[in-house]
Amino acid sequence: MDYEPVIGLEVHVQLKTASKLFCGCSTKFGALPNAQVCPVCLGYPGVLPVLNEKALTLAVMAGLAMGSTVALYSKFDRKNYFYPDLPKAYQVSQYDEPICLGGKIDIEVEGTRKEIRLTRIHLEEDAGKSMHFKGDTGVDYNRTGIPLIEIVSEPDLRSPQEAYQYLKELKTILEYLDVSDCNMEEGSLRCDANVSLRPVGEKKMGTRAEIKNLNSFHNVEKAITYEIERQKELLSRGERIVQETRLWNADESFTRSMRSKEAAHDYRYFPEPDLVPIVFSAKEIESVRVSLPELAQRRKERFMKDFALTAYDAEVLTAQKDLADFFERCLKYSKNAKAISNWMMGDLMRELKLKDLGIAQSPMSPEHIAGLIELMDQGKISGKMAKDVFLEMFGTGKSAQEIVSAKGLSQLSDSSQIEGVVKKVIQENPPSVQDYRNGKKNALSYLVGQVMKATQGRANPKMVNELLVKELEK
Amino acid sequence: MSESLMDLTLHELSELMRARKISSLEVMQAKLARLKEREPQIHAYIRWDEKAAIEEARQRDNVQDHQGSLWGLPIANKDIICVEGVETSCASKILSGYIPPYNATVVERLRGEGAILFGNTNMDEFAMGSSTETSHFGVTRNPWDLTRTPGGSSGGSAAAVAGGLAIAALGTDTGGSIRQPAALCGCVGLKPTYGRVSRYGLIAFASSLDQIGPITQDVEDAALLLEILAGHDSKDSTSLKVEVPRYREHLKKGIRDMKLGLPKEYFISGLDPQVKVAIDEAIKVYTNLGVEVVECQLPYTEYAVATYYVLATAQASSNLARYDGVQYGYRAPNFSNLVDMYFETRSLGFGPEVKRRIILGTYALSSGYYDAYYLKAQKMRTLIRQDFEEAFKKCDAILTPTSPSCAFKIGERMNDPLTMYLSDIFTISANLAGIPGISIPCGFSKEGLPVGLQILGKHFDEATLLRTAYAFEQATDHHKRKPVVR
Repeated sequence: MDYEPVIGLEVHVQLKTASKLFCGCSTKFGALPNAQVCPVCLGYPGVLPVLNEKALTLAVMAGLAMGSTVALYSKFDRKNYFYPDLPKAYQVSQYDEPICLGGKIDIEVEGTRKEIRLTRIHLEEDAGKSMHFKGDTGVDYNRTGIPLIEIVSEPDLRSPQEAYQYLKELKTILEYLDVSDCNMEEGSLRCDANVSLRPVGEKKMGTRAEIKNLNSFHNVEKAITYEIERQKELLSRGERIVQETRLWNADESFTRSMRSKEAAHDYRYFPEPDLVPIVFSAKEIESVRVSLPELAQRRKERFMKDFALTAYDAEVLTAQKDLADFFERCLKYSKNAKAISNWMMGDLMRELKLKDLGIAQSPMSPEHIAGLIELMDQGKISGKMAKDVFLEMFGTGKSAQEIVSAKGLSQLSDSSQIEGVVKKVIQENPPSVQDYRNGKKNALSYLVGQVMKATQGRANPKMVNELLVKELEK
Repeated sequence: MSESLMDLTLHELSELMRARKISSLEVMQAKLARLKEREPQIHAYIRWDEKAAIEEARQRDNVQDHQGSLWGLPIANKDIICVEGVETSCASKILSGYIPPYNATVVERLRGEGAILFGNTNMDEFAMGSSTETSHFGVTRNPWDLTRTPGGSSGGSAAAVAGGLAIAALGTDTGGSIRQPAALCGCVGLKPTYGRVSRYGLIAFASSLDQIGPITQDVEDAALLLEILAGHDSKDSTSLKVEVPRYREHLKKGIRDMKLGLPKEYFISGLDPQVKVAIDEAIKVYTNLGVEVVECQLPYTEYAVATYYVLATAQASSNLARYDGVQYGYRAPNFSNLVDMYFETRSLGFGPEVKRRIILGTYALSSGYYDAYYLKAQKMRTLIRQDFEEAFKKCDAILTPTSPSCAFKIGERMNDPLTMYLSDIFTISANLAGIPGISIPCGFSKEGLPVGLQILGKHFDEATLLRTAYAFEQATDHHKRKPVVR
């Protein structure tokens, strides 16, 4: 029997705020354990939470950018369970009245566009981190109270590739909004996947497994692929899928059972009495909407229209916000958008990848890239020279002009100087001259090559060509 | 009985301090002398620090130009309000050794007026009880009759004020825990409107019902303290930005123009006849003062206790879940793994009444039961609030007995939780409705036990409550009677 996978994702995203969701503690990554804590986030007796307004705005921004309906009334609830990394023994989250409902994310897989619906987006606080030592366990509460949004998709995804694309699109949107760093290594973006199978054509959903501990987009893809195979195998043997939570082991690439449905917690949700409901007016939501930054799709369209970029180029440049920002900064120094796009997508991306750097760490500034293009456009260096200059710029961080001047590399565009060399080459190569005059026009390229060689490549090839033809046809 | 500065009120002592007729050290020494004399019989306190108190009194005396209205005067604290560096345990074993690293907002405010927080008073464990008998630190005795309880949960605070062991004290009120012990000990006890006083630093029992308020010897002291305690606090999202009147200026405005309501649902069978007599007398006092007394209805009153015990226990089950032995307080000495540590710590650390309520509350919130219990109780709470809104269309304040009986014997109700829960039958509705309530002494039983009159008011209208209470106090002498402790 053929089976169809049905996949839904729950993505936890850390909001980019300076302080935690309910207290003033810093959210900075990498501090010593328990260096960023206070009585409030430690849940000491008698403390009360105070909502971080910035986190609220960021959640609304995310919702609006994804087409969600922002609730005029929403509230916080307590999710109760015992765990050492949860100091109050409840997590402040949102249960039945989340801040955003619905929404969608458009993805494209193998040329086909598809809309993935969102169920909801809600605000909640993060828990701490248990650290296991030899025979002992410690808890680091730095993460406790960090603001998160949980973005829950409908079970609209049908393949691991779609799940991957969904995450990529989601990340692009969140980065454009600047609501999150989306850094999986630092835990600012985490994903759980719900996976089930059903016979092709069947409308009813199969029993699902929830997979946790997915620490990269590729692992999400791999874990879902593994899980689909695991479930297929069970079904083909006539066995039943058990509803459970499974843990992905990235090192050995398999999922294992963590807890069954029966062992699932009863979270005893109830409205958080220490916080007041979140109430918005339509006007307040509208004012966030108009302040939203331009998103990738819109920017791509603008790049195509304003700079005559191809759809592909515009897509690549806008897929990452910082890449598109870099591109636009280059445009301040050079109007040659096509050349900027080519250099960025070709040489720059290649070199960055070799060094394992992001665009933010590029040793070449937008001004430098534009400077190189300007020298070419003014005919001061040839395309071939530019390639070498580029490498040197990338390696040293110097500007194109500096490198060209220091090496005396600038292109020869003085016709009297080139003319002398042209005459000399014609004198020294009678057979080729004869060939050309006999109608073998490709003899010209040999002669051009000789001129370039004599000038160590510095002569302006276009001028060399013109002068040679002029001299030969005298 | 010895003459003592401790028999003076806060406002009287404040005058003397301002006129420099007494020093903070003299007041403190009077207090310590009283403690030596009476605390062994009453046991109003869990702990105090004599050396620190003397030191603080000296410091206050050394300041030449003092401004605070409570300068150098000791206020007793209930063992549920956090004072930085002072062990605060909610009278529970599970918080033994817990020393808060911060001050409650009310503590900051009192200190801002120059007050000295002196001693933590005894209470029912986590404020769960109506007799101060569930304390891990033993019972507190009623100064009027040492064989009886002082009520609860703020029984230590009320007994301290009644017994001359405190000039005034802080209490907390979730279902009557300020008003009921104040009534049973013959003090004034004020529960402010929910949201009037910051809860920051008050160790939570039931977050949507808890309020801090004063227990004092007279109404003027209650007004004086509320002026200091009340007001919005950015650390408590549920504290409201409502202007705080200068309550003392309102006291003497008179009540001639007022209408007072008598809810018929509060004058029912089960009300101690002696309490009834005292309340009837009190109503006469008001009539004589020219007040119009009208009957009013609070039809949902009969559901208040049930509603309260669902909401309060559910919230408590969540609020008390953090006492798990991980970060602070008591941790069981022997356990085999994490879950076992939770079980052992909580089994050994909580007393039976607290456990009973945690189990009740956990049940009420459980999947499949939420709608039938918690959700329904929330709806009932709205109806009870609307009851009062309706009633207050016809009157400015409502008069009721504070408690259906006078102080009961120690041990009498310990094995009968239902009767114990009914001790709060007249006070619970105010917490559910979020309205303010005050209990003032209005008479005595034949055995010489005090009876409390409760006055309930509109949201944030403590000024009217205090004015109504003050007028009664001016017309009577009940508040001046002191117990003979022996």
